[in-house]
Formats: sequence, C-alpha cells, structure tokens
Amino acid sequence: MSETQTRVVIAGAGHAGGSAAAMLRQLGFEGSITLIGDEPIPPYERPPLSKAWLKGEASAESLALRPAEFYATANIDIRLSTSVTAIDRAAKTVSLGTGETVSYDYLILALGARARRLDIPGIGLRGVLELRTAADADQLKAALGPDKRLAVVGGGYIGLEAAASARGLGAEATIIERETRVLARVACQQLSDFFEAYHRAQGVTIEVSAGVAGLEGTDGQVTGVRLTDGRLIPCDAALIGVGAVSNEEIARAAGLACDGGIVVDLSARTDDPSIFAIGDCTKRPLPLYDRTMRLESVPNALEQAKQAAAAIYGRPQPAPEVPWFWSDQYDLRLQIAGIPFDATQIVVRGDIAAGKFALFHLAEDGLVRAVEAVNASTEFMGGRRIIQRGKRLTPERIRDMAVTMQELAS
Amino acid sequence: MPKITFIEHNGTPHTVEIGVGKSVMEAAVHNNVRGIDADCGGECACATCHVYIEPEWLAKVGLPEAGSQEASMLSFAAVTQPDSRLSCQIIVTPELDGLVVRMPEGQH
Repeated sequence: MSETQTRVVIAGAGHAGGSAAAMLRQLGFEGSITLIGDEPIPPYERPPLSKAWLKGEASAESLALRPAEFYATANIDIRLSTSVTAIDRAAKTVSLGTGETVSYDYLILALGARARRLDIPGIGLRGVLELRTAADADQLKAALGPDKRLAVVGGGYIGLEAAASARGLGAEATIIERETRVLARVACQQLSDFFEAYHRAQGVTIEVSAGVAGLEGTDGQVTGVRLTDGRLIPCDAALIGVGAVSNEEIARAAGLACDGGIVVDLSARTDDPSIFAIGDCTKRPLPLYDRTMRLESVPNALEQAKQAAAAIYGRPQPAPEVPWFWSDQYDLRLQIAGIPFDATQIVVRGDIAAGKFALFHLAEDGLVRAVEAVNASTEFMGGRRIIQRGKRLTPERIRDMAVTMQELAS
Repeated sequence: MPKITFIEHNGTPHTVEIGVGKSVMEAAVHNNVRGIDADCGGECACATCHVYIEPEWLAKVGLPEAGSQEASMLSFAAVTQPDSRLSCQIIVTPELDGLVVRMPEGQH
C-alpha cells in the first residue's frame, strides 16, 4: 500500500483529534484523513472555557484550534455533529451516527472524557450545568453576572476557575467540596490552603467536608443546593464539576483493552496495531514514574497526538515529556510540572504569603518528582528540566533563594 | 495582510500571511507551520512557540522585558539564544510586514 492511499480515521475532534490531523499533515502525510466530531464546531481550545471565554475576553475565532478554512486547505475531511458509534476491527471500518460506514487503515480514538454525573435528586433541573464544551460554557456564561449566585459542586480546577470567573463578572460564588479541602485529588495541603484563602479573600464562600443531598428548584429551575447537614445554599445556577470519565465505551465494545481509560503504549498504540488512542480517554504509561495513568490535560493530548502521528508516518517517537498542567485564577498563575508520586517531603521555595512561590515534592532520596509553582514561572520551567533529568536536590539548596533556578537545574 | 517568514531548523522557509493584531505564533499555527507547537494556545505558559529573531528585525521586535513572564519562561526553554522570543508574545503590526524568524531544533 502506498502512503498516499493510506486512510486515517480520527474519532473525536477535540484538542487531541484536531491536533493529530494537523500534525500528520505537518509531517507530510499525504493519505486521506477523516476527522469525526460530535460537536457542531471544528476543534477548539477548551482551557479558556472556564477562564477568558466565561469572562467575555475570548471570541469563537480565538478559541478555534485552526481557522475554519484550514481543514479544506489541508485536505482534511471533517465531519461534525456526528460520532463513531462502533468499530469493526476485522473489517477495519467504523460506523457513524449518520448510518454511514468509513474504512480505515489506521484509526485514532480521540474520544475525550465527559463530566461525571451525580446521581442525586434534582440533577435534571434547568440551571444545573457542567463544563466540558463551548455549548456548556455558553449556558454557564448566560447564568452569570451581577446579582447572580453560582453554586459550584466540586472544588477541582474547573470549579475554582469558574468561581474566579464568576467573581470577575460580579456574581456570588459558593464552592461545595466533599473532601476536607479544595483540590484534594490534585494538589498538596499547602497549595489547597493557599487557594482556599485566596478565593475567600475574593469573596468566594467555600464549604468543605460538605455532602450534597440534592438540588432543589421551582418550576423546573434550580434554586438551591441542599447539603447533607440540612443547609440550603441558594443559587441561580449550579455547576457540577466532580471529575470526568473516559469515553471508552466503543473501544471496550470492540474488545480493546480498557482500564479506566483505553490502554495504550508510548506510541499511543492500543493492543490492536491499527488503532491508536490519544488524550483524555487513554490510560498511558508514564516512564518517569514507572506507572500508567489517565492524564486529563492539553499537553498530554498534544504529546500523544505527536506519538500517534509519528508512529503512523513512520517517524522516530518524540522523547517522553514531563507531564504538566496549568490553571489561571484571578491574578494567579498555577503551573505544575510532574506528579508527586512517591514524594515524601515538600519544600517551599519563595514566599507563600506574597503569592509567589513553588512547592518542590521530593522522594526520600531527594529525587524531584513534582513542582507546583504559583506566579513562579522560572521555578516551573526549571522544575520541568530537573524532573526530566532525574536530578536530586537537597531541601537547603531549594529553599535558598540565593541559589538561582539555573544553578539548581544545571 | 503582513507576511511572516518562518525558517525551519533544516532551512525550509514558510511565508504566511496573518492579520494585524494576531500573534506571530498564530501566524504559524493557523497555517500549520511545522516546528511551532504552542501547547498552551498563547497563554505564555509553556515556551513551545520559541523562535529566533533575524538580526535586522531585532530592533523592531525587541526583546522581552527583564523579569517578565516571557523572560522567565524563556530562561528554561530548549536551546535559547540572545535573540530568542516566544512568538505568542509578538503581536503583528504593519511595521512587522516581512518579519523573518528562525525556529530552534525543538520546542521540548
């Protein structure tokens, strides 16, 4: 089979799927590319949805991953408002929601993740929202403004960012968190404490160790969140941000290995050599941490898109990257390099009270596993390099601001 | 529209057009120019849209201010030089029509 006849089908037109299509063309791939997405618009950036988009500081055009005309120019057959409903691995075809069947030589599953749904009374009320798509963000935006009250169920990144944006628009915001602190799953105690204090200073109410019994409403419209201790948090809209689950159903139905994510190797290949999976829907190896995990982040989506494109086009695999994440809230920029697996010690560099610091997570032997940096980009960038190189550092040197990050990283 | 030329590390030039007010990074991404990753989408959070400014353009484009977010991100970008910039932080003006930038060997 000559390369120009190779057919690549990409199921899912989010950040991962859209990037994989673009990267194949960047490499020089000349076969056919069919990009299939269930949303009505071409691939776009999701991170601004809880930030600039909510605050009205971004346009649909600025959100788009590539301009609308790019797909025609690059000869990418983009099918919107439909999705892959089944994979026939023997026939190497996928079925679409439209009833159509499309053949592939390589299939890339970029199915994403969906918001975890809470099984509680009132979840179907109007004004009970989630935030994954541009359509979700538009609904949330319409519900925010001066004199409006937003209740956020879940104190993760999406919840905190939405609360910050709501405050920016003059709305009241209450965060309701089941655990004893916000960011409980993704950040250490010091960082949680810092963000809680910052949000409270900005006028956000935070309820921790708070269970949600249900949502209450009038005439089908949500009016409050009932806590398990009996209290009612009145609201005009309730955002549910309690994590996401992998959209792996069609992969599982096709017999591909799934384990809370479609299982892939370091070239983003599944256990079927013709099928790749990338982005939020995958469970992937983390070579620096000797583990597998599902990473919900744009950098991960892009890294795996590169891996799949390189494998399909027969190029060497890119070097493994240090996982990283970012979040913007108010005037705070949080950047996280690495994941604190096996860390036994946290060392503070900088001044937490001044809102400019980094938390270094060290393993027993001083190996740097993760760096959480707040308004400290140099520490973040240096941290990424230190983790990549597997450097060991002493707490004394990390704390010593007279030692530059360049010196720490060299 | 202003024209921007990106020269790949292997010497391949790509000349593209971009509207005034957009960033040099967007000029590359919108035209699918290889070598500008722009992982964060222009938030100055990742340093993967790193370019070198051709000497004759350096005065017009300028260098990042000391202590700025861009300067700190660049301090650890891959293979930096004195003429390094993050292309998401260069906003296209009519004066930059014809700008030539070169790309580093890699962005990671």
